[in-house]
Amino acid sequence: MDDIESRIVELVAKSKNLPVSDVRMDTTFDELQIDSLDKINLSFAVEEMFSIEIPDESLNSLKTVGDVVRGVASLRAAAAPPDASAS
Amino acid sequence: MKRVVVTGLGCVTPIGNTVEEFRESLYAGRTGIAPFDLSSMPGALSPDPSVRFKTSGKVKNFNPTQNPDQRLSSGFMLTSELGAQFGIIAARQAVAHSSVLQHHDPTNIAIITGCSCGGRAADEDANRNLYTRNARVPPTAIIRTMASSGTSNITIETGITGPTLNVATACASGTHAIGLAFQMVRAGMAPAAITGGYEAALTYGFLRAWDSMRIVSPTSCRPFSADRDGMTLGEGAAMFTIEPLDAALARGAHIYAEIVGFGMSADAHHITQPRAAGAALAMRRALEDAAQSGIDSPASRVGYINAHGTGTPTNDPVEAAAIHQALGEFAPHIPVGATKSFTGHSIGAAGAIEALATVLALDAASLPYTTGVSEVDPALNLDVIIGESRPLAPGKDLALSNSLAFGGLNAVLAFRRYIS
Repeated sequence: MDDIESRIVELVAKSKNLPVSDVRMDTTFDELQIDSLDKINLSFAVEEMFSIEIPDESLNSLKTVGDVVRGVASLRAAAAPPDASAS
Repeated sequence: MKRVVVTGLGCVTPIGNTVEEFRESLYAGRTGIAPFDLSSMPGALSPDPSVRFKTSGKVKNFNPTQNPDQRLSSGFMLTSELGAQFGIIAARQAVAHSSVLQHHDPTNIAIITGCSCGGRAADEDANRNLYTRNARVPPTAIIRTMASSGTSNITIETGITGPTLNVATACASGTHAIGLAFQMVRAGMAPAAITGGYEAALTYGFLRAWDSMRIVSPTSCRPFSADRDGMTLGEGAAMFTIEPLDAALARGAHIYAEIVGFGMSADAHHITQPRAAGAALAMRRALEDAAQSGIDSPASRVGYINAHGTGTPTNDPVEAAAIHQALGEFAPHIPVGATKSFTGHSIGAAGAIEALATVLALDAASLPYTTGVSEVDPALNLDVIIGESRPLAPGKDLALSNSLAFGGLNAVLAFRRYIS
């Protein structure tokens, strides 16, 4: 999760030409002036970075950086093979 | 009909990223054509030793995330390729330089630009990744490849909401754009206009395609030279603020030159082979347009021609023949210059950059020379300026700027030196 968070924070900060310290888990897209095009572009970059596909309906519900981090973690967990130690 | 004058200038070019740098290089004979590294070009897969040419007119020291006077926001960086970025910065300079927004209603100012190739770098990168590894195509590939992305971003940069369009007529795009803007301001359709051209198409695929055309110089573009061996590709942007003379005078603006005529024509002949009659027709129409504005015997008053002058074995003789057809007895005695010897051929931006050289020449009454040429081709029977700049002759206050595009689309602007 921490790795996902740091990579996404860095990605968002770079896309808006901001210092990483300006981007926190509870920062909203509105606060970062992330518009619909930025959102589409960031989603593309996140999908490429983590080899996932964000469903359209999930995209619309993302409001904060934390939403993205949690969403990526969830999608990765769903895509991961079953943990052998749990069986 | 209103008299139309140039009151603001801006540029990003291989010989300078400000008008002052451009002017200095122009009169120093300092070319921007230099060797390039093909492997670093957008879209490049690997160095290719088979390319026949090794030089281009590339813009230097352009960094809109670092240089304060070229700074572009993350929004502009996301939605624009290099050529569009050149256009935004050149327009910013022309607007600031003229203070046009403080004196004309931005809701009615026109923005007319020329860009032919669009954002090829984004296109080539996306296509390379798509076709070599079935990669997904980024959403910004749509926006960044639009030829008009720079035009739209200039409206966002300036807040101007008047009539706005981009012209794509290959190598004549910039000249067509300025001509249309001139006609609009002259007719009172807009109180002022920001106009010019931008282009950055020095990509791997584009260079390879030009290589296949076999018209790019293995050395460097030397227009009208006895030993010319082809064109050199370039990139850049130039933008102008134009407005009615009375408005410029009322606010005490510096007037660089007056635009007095515009002529357009088509060769209707061949997609690559130019025909002299078509270019001559555009030159005649520009002069006839000047005559309609009350200028007597305009052909006799032409003191400078900024030629299209690509430096190819085919184009230069055809343009020379066109100059002779259009200007008759005056033709052999009119000083001719070719800015492409400094910048290379920047396609959609070329006409605008050459118009900038023409306007600066009239403003200073000093005609820059064609650099890199030691002997003019005698068969052309033209007075090509080489070696050193030359004063504008007394009584010869008009200048033509020619653009003769692939596909036979010709555009010629007529300027007049303005004396207050």
